[in-house]
Amino acid sequence: MSDHLVEMRLISKSFGAVVALRQVSFALDAGEVVGLVGDNAAGKSTLMKILSGAYTPDSGEILLDGHPCHFDSPMAARAAGIEMVYQDFALVPELSVTQNIFLGRELLHRGLRSRFLDKRTMSERATHLIERLGLRVPPGDTPVRAISGGQQQAVAIARATAFDARLVIMDEPTANLSAAAIGKVREAIGNLKSHGVAVVIISHRIEDILETADRAVVLKRGQVVGERRVADTGSDEILHMIVAGQDPRRAANNGPSKSA
Amino acid sequence: MSSASAPKSPPASRFVFDQRRLVLFAVRYGLFLALGVWVVAMSFASEHFLTWLNVLNVARQAAPIVVIAVGMTFVMATAGIDLSVGSLVALVSVLVVTFFNLGLPTYVVLPAVLLVGLLAGLANGSFVRLGLPPFVVTLAMLTTLRGIAFVVSDGYATPVKDEFVLWLGRGQIGQLHTPIVLAVIVAIGGWVILSKTRFGLYALAVGGREEAARAMGINVGRVKLAVYGGVGMLAALGGIVLTGRLGNGSPNAGIMLELDVIAATVLGGTSLFGGVATIAGTVAGALFINFVRNGLNLLGVNPFWVQVATGLILLLAVLLNTVVNRRVSEWARVGKADEQEPETSP
Ligand SMILES: Nc1ncnc2c1ncn2[C@@H]1O[C@H](COP(=O)(O)OP(=O)(O)O)[C@@H](O)[C@H]1O
Ligand SMILES: [Mg+2]
Repeated sequence: MSDHLVEMRLISKSFGAVVALRQVSFALDAGEVVGLVGDNAAGKSTLMKILSGAYTPDSGEILLDGHPCHFDSPMAARAAGIEMVYQDFALVPELSVTQNIFLGRELLHRGLRSRFLDKRTMSERATHLIERLGLRVPPGDTPVRAISGGQQQAVAIARATAFDARLVIMDEPTANLSAAAIGKVREAIGNLKSHGVAVVIISHRIEDILETADRAVVLKRGQVVGERRVADTGSDEILHMIVAGQDPRRAANNGPSKSA
Repeated sequence: MSSASAPKSPPASRFVFDQRRLVLFAVRYGLFLALGVWVVAMSFASEHFLTWLNVLNVARQAAPIVVIAVGMTFVMATAGIDLSVGSLVALVSVLVVTFFNLGLPTYVVLPAVLLVGLLAGLANGSFVRLGLPPFVVTLAMLTTLRGIAFVVSDGYATPVKDEFVLWLGRGQIGQLHTPIVLAVIVAIGGWVILSKTRFGLYALAVGGREEAARAMGINVGRVKLAVYGGVGMLAALGGIVLTGRLGNGSPNAGIMLELDVIAATVLGGTSLFGGVATIAGTVAGALFINFVRNGLNLLGVNPFWVQVATGLILLLAVLLNTVVNRRVSEWARVGKADEQEPETSP
């Protein structure tokens, strides 16, 4: 048995005639930060949406702590400690920072008032959570539509970590952010890691991966092309794998890739 | 989302910030201010306006509108609308007398018509849940329900003799008219549900951004079903009160009532696009419309002009609700970004 936190085995997924993933295997340890890179339409988002319960795979299996499990909805995955920060944040602009963080998982009073929202506790926890991640966000009662893109990303990350997540998946967390906000997101990823939370970052920016990840996995046309420990590679090599669609260190053994 | 991350201008001065707050405040509570101004102005113009009797009279007029508009506030929170409430009032009004004429007791008739209201609302909600535009669904229901009311009553108004129904429409509890007490209870209930429970929050979330609500595990379809069912039941309650007040069940009851209800809700600051809603605003909106009408009547203005005024108020409310509100919050947002950016840079 593996001692991986999560293991995805031989996952395939098609959308009609489009094959998004072909027999992809992917594993991740507790507290590990993995960067998932690849061209547009490589299948990165699809792979992670399967892990977070948004899509079900056509074939293949997912093991959590070595046990097979099926996530038929994002709620099921969330209950197992797997959270996804969506590319568009999935926040409700009219609701406040605190309301968004607890949306769908509100805290209620105990006893006689158990049908009513415990706003004070939620607000205190939201503040605490955001501080723990080293993020700066305006007061919790500010509507999300009134804050900047970077701050919205911070809220989405805080929400993903609000309920003892074991794995947080971030889809393009630094897209459309300013340099300062990107720095904050990277810092937050580091803080998550130090709290023992595993992180998958999907990113176009190779610097994001090199700076925050332990390992990089390269996808192309629905297949894993190769992977590297970040300490053991550089942006040139990763870029080469993304573009060429083959692992230069293995290419000699495997012959030319179909997609080259 | 645009991110205003690099500070382009130096932080706004305190003065500018306070000015922004003032304008925001004025837009947000403009209705309450307008209501206050109108009441003060009218009390100079007419000695009868600000009398206890007249104020109670206005509140009594507004009561059924408040009852239904509380339900409408939830519907509009989900970015929906229900145009069929006026017709539902007519159907309920007709059914009340029909059921009494069948010899059914009060304790059966009233729950039965409330159930009819609920079912009509759930019918609206089921179609909306399928993805049909609420405007069209409830417009179809508007004519369907009014048609059924005419079929059931054969077009005639029939007197109601039931003491309890008459008491609901005309009676008093101490110094207050029964409809006023009912409206207060419904408004407080609505306020508690909207601002203190999951359901209220989910209604706002669904209206604010449906996909986000769904991604967070909220059962969007059930929320929509519930808000339409709720407004249907409240429209039935409003219909019972109106029937008691008029003293008869009439297929012509509640004609254009949906406009008053929607105007009250929109005037109160509930967004036509969903996600923003307040019960206090809705109550103030209903009072405002009725105080304006009452004031114009006291001044002896031609009733046809009063109708024109009501239409113009609705137009103004929609204008404030959409264009002005958006402009002002965008403008305020720029101000906020100025304030906060220095904190986000390392
Ligand atoms: N919901 C969907 N319906 C149809 N096709 C989809 C859907 N999601 C993804 N795809 C297709 O699957 C392929 C992989 O997409 P995606 O996982 O989003 O790639 P990436 O995130 O790496 O850019 C693309 O060809 C895309 O068009
Ligand atoms: Mg993607």
